Amino acid sequence: MKIGILALQGDFAEHGSMLKKLGVETVEVRLPEHLNGLHGLIIPGGESTTIGKLAVAYGLMDPLREFGKSHAIWGTCAGAIFLSNDIGRDQPLLGLMNIKVQRNAFGRQVDSFETDLEIEELYKATRTKHPYHAVFIRAPIIQSVGGNAKVLSALEDGRIVAAQQGHLLATSFHPELTDDTRFHEYFISLAG
Amino acid sequence: MQAKTGTWTEKKGLAQMLKGGVIMDVVNVEHARIAEDAGACAVMALERVPADIRADGGVVRMSDPDMILKIMDAVSIPVMAKCRIGHFVEAQILESIGVDYIDESEVLTPADEEHHILKHNFKVPFVCGCRNIGEALRRIGEGAAMIRTKGEAGTGDVVEAVRHARTVMGAIRQLQTMGDEELMAYAKNNGAPYELVKETKELGRMPVVNFAAGGVATPADAALMMQLGVDGVFVGSGIFKSGDPARRAQAIVKSVTHYQDASILAEVSKNLGEAMVGRNVSQMPEGDKIAGRGW
Repeated sequence: MKIGILALQGDFAEHGSMLKKLGVETVEVRLPEHLNGLHGLIIPGGESTTIGKLAVAYGLMDPLREFGKSHAIWGTCAGAIFLSNDIGRDQPLLGLMNIKVQRNAFGRQVDSFETDLEIEELYKATRTKHPYHAVFIRAPIIQSVGGNAKVLSALEDGRIVAAQQGHLLATSFHPELTDDTRFHEYFISLAG
Repeated sequence: MQAKTGTWTEKKGLAQMLKGGVIMDVVNVEHARIAEDAGACAVMALERVPADIRADGGVVRMSDPDMILKIMDAVSIPVMAKCRIGHFVEAQILESIGVDYIDESEVLTPADEEHHILKHNFKVPFVCGCRNIGEALRRIGEGAAMIRTKGEAGTGDVVEAVRHARTVMGAIRQLQTMGDEELMAYAKNNGAPYELVKETKELGRMPVVNFAAGGVATPADAALMMQLGVDGVFVGSGIFKSGDPARRAQAIVKSVTHYQDASILAEVSKNLGEAMVGRNVSQMPEGDKIAGRGW
């Protein structure tokens, strides 16, 4: 199992450490040829505008779209924005997932928060029951899901914070900033 | 569960999102938009870039909140702003208007020559400058959730940025070879909190994100700092004091992502126009240097 991490900008090293804990080989992806031989790809947190511009500049948009047709991709925060097909403003998007996303949906940094989430799919996949502690940083929300995308988790007020569409996964929070490896295990099961 | 805001994880976490990126000094809305379009991961809103601060002299204070708010409205990326060392009321004001990060900065005139701000008292995260590991860990001890090596701001001369980054990285390497029983003496000799010395040894890196600052003027400078081991780069006067700011800004963003790829670095270094004129730090009178501010 070899998982790529898009390393244009953001917390790609943190995802790398999580995968290392799980014994998975990782590759930093900065150019299209780095996608060769990968079983899945993580798009990390960071600034979605920066990641999008660099992906366009280095010809990664179409190779990433092609990769996503047959491989697992997981976007956290900025990565979820990049995977979506609508964010209501003009910036480069992969458009792989049928989700509408709103950037900085909770406000500015002083409004960033941590909370516990109930995620049934995650409990089933990892045979656990304790809540998932999620870290939101200037986080987006998923305003709606369409087509075959489904909701994985929502806040108590109903706002969607995780969605899945087949082998594609989007979370508005950052599992890579916690010690809980369950989300990474879940993603590996989609990639394998 | 009640949602928690302003936690240490949140403060440190935003800096982690900035890694591998370039934070650019901007003095107005137009600059901020150029920076965002070029791919900056955040902007630092201030009234004058350090090169102009040097030229103008006088007491340098927090920027007008109205100017900072206009920049916050104009861009979607995080906005940072500077307060004076020890000036916790400027920090309270910046927190109240909702800036995403506060830089308690030696570029402004210090308000307190003995104490820095107790940054744990705030919900907003802080970044602080350092010249060595002791200074960095003291700032983290006070609650800084991000560190930048100081360099010498407003000079366009990378030599001090290199000195400070090498000093910090060297100390981290040295710590990793030390026995645990040597750490207390190390903490004492470097004026650093013992627990943070221990944590730095265990992690093999600083406990928070560490960017380079102060003198980065070219894509090659930025990549040099990245290869020396920093997590990202602040560029102050280097962009908007150059001949073609938009082009240079884009080139520096690309150089930080592809910092290990010399052929890409060559490509992005082409035809950038005039770099900022710059000032040799080695020929500067001691009194003109600002990196020494901070205790």
